[in-house]
Amino acid sequence: MIGAAHEPVKSVKSRRDQALAALVAGVPYIQFLGIRFDRRGDEITALLPFDDKLIGNPMIPALHGGVTAAFMEVSAIIELAWSSQWLDMEAGVSQPMRLPKTIDFNVDYLRAGLARDAYARAVVTRSGRRFASVQVQAWQDNRAKPFAMASAHFLMPEKADAQD
Amino acid sequence: MESQTLRNARQFIAALPHAQALAMDLVELGSGFATVTMPWDARLVGDPATGVLHGGAVSALMDTASGAAVMCHPAAPMSTATLGLRVDYMRPATTGQPITARAVCHHVTRNVAFVRVTATDADETRPVAMGTGTFTLDRPAP
Repeated sequence: MIGAAHEPVKSVKSRRDQALAALVAGVPYIQFLGIRFDRRGDEITALLPFDDKLIGNPMIPALHGGVTAAFMEVSAIIELAWSSQWLDMEAGVSQPMRLPKTIDFNVDYLRAGLARDAYARAVVTRSGRRFASVQVQAWQDNRAKPFAMASAHFLMPEKADAQD
Repeated sequence: MESQTLRNARQFIAALPHAQALAMDLVELGSGFATVTMPWDARLVGDPATGVLHGGAVSALMDTASGAAVMCHPAAPMSTATLGLRVDYMRPATTGQPITARAVCHHVTRNVAFVRVTATDADETRPVAMGTGTFTLDRPAP
């Protein structure tokens, strides 16, 4: 039985990994930037492997500020979709999830993004029926020294079963 | 007639690998303002159900236009970097249409440049997104 304590660990993992992969695979832009997600239980970390096409200033070379913003927006959207479908997924209800829509996005650039892999973790600070707030931290070599932070508001998709 | 400045700036943007990856093109440049376009591209779609571009791609375009506007401010900065960028997404961009970002560097201090930027698709009366940014300003040595 799905979600039960005696469910084999293999089946738990594959169910969760498949749900996350389905969420990510549906968005062409995530593939374009090469973003991947690392999952530990319900915690996910976004990974942006370095690539030449992500460079803004070739002299330094530094990540394009727009790439940093996009990476953080992607990790916020996936965290929000992932955490809001978690209970359904654990209960074995598989519903194709419409993604939340960004209302506004605010990035603080703390230091230059270097020519290496970047990581991001998003935290949903408020999750309502219609609106959600999310904060994101992105770092590279040193978790304690984020190179960018962001906060954003999202419009949640209407649930198919919302109307009676 | 295309000015030398526009040609130089256009080459500068074409040299930015990420601007190149998104096929951005600088179409207009003036004293403290810049207009940059980006074609619709299936690889940049955020919502496959509708074909709407991902907000992140629009942000990248707005950031590029904003940086270009700072670079051509009369203060003649040596270089610039984004300090903060806030973007409001007002409506989904229409599928298949290019996006145009118009950025104005409306104020500079000794160290900081302030920018307003608007993104539109073919319907220029209804912006897709609007943003405000703050940028570092490295002035030439006196």
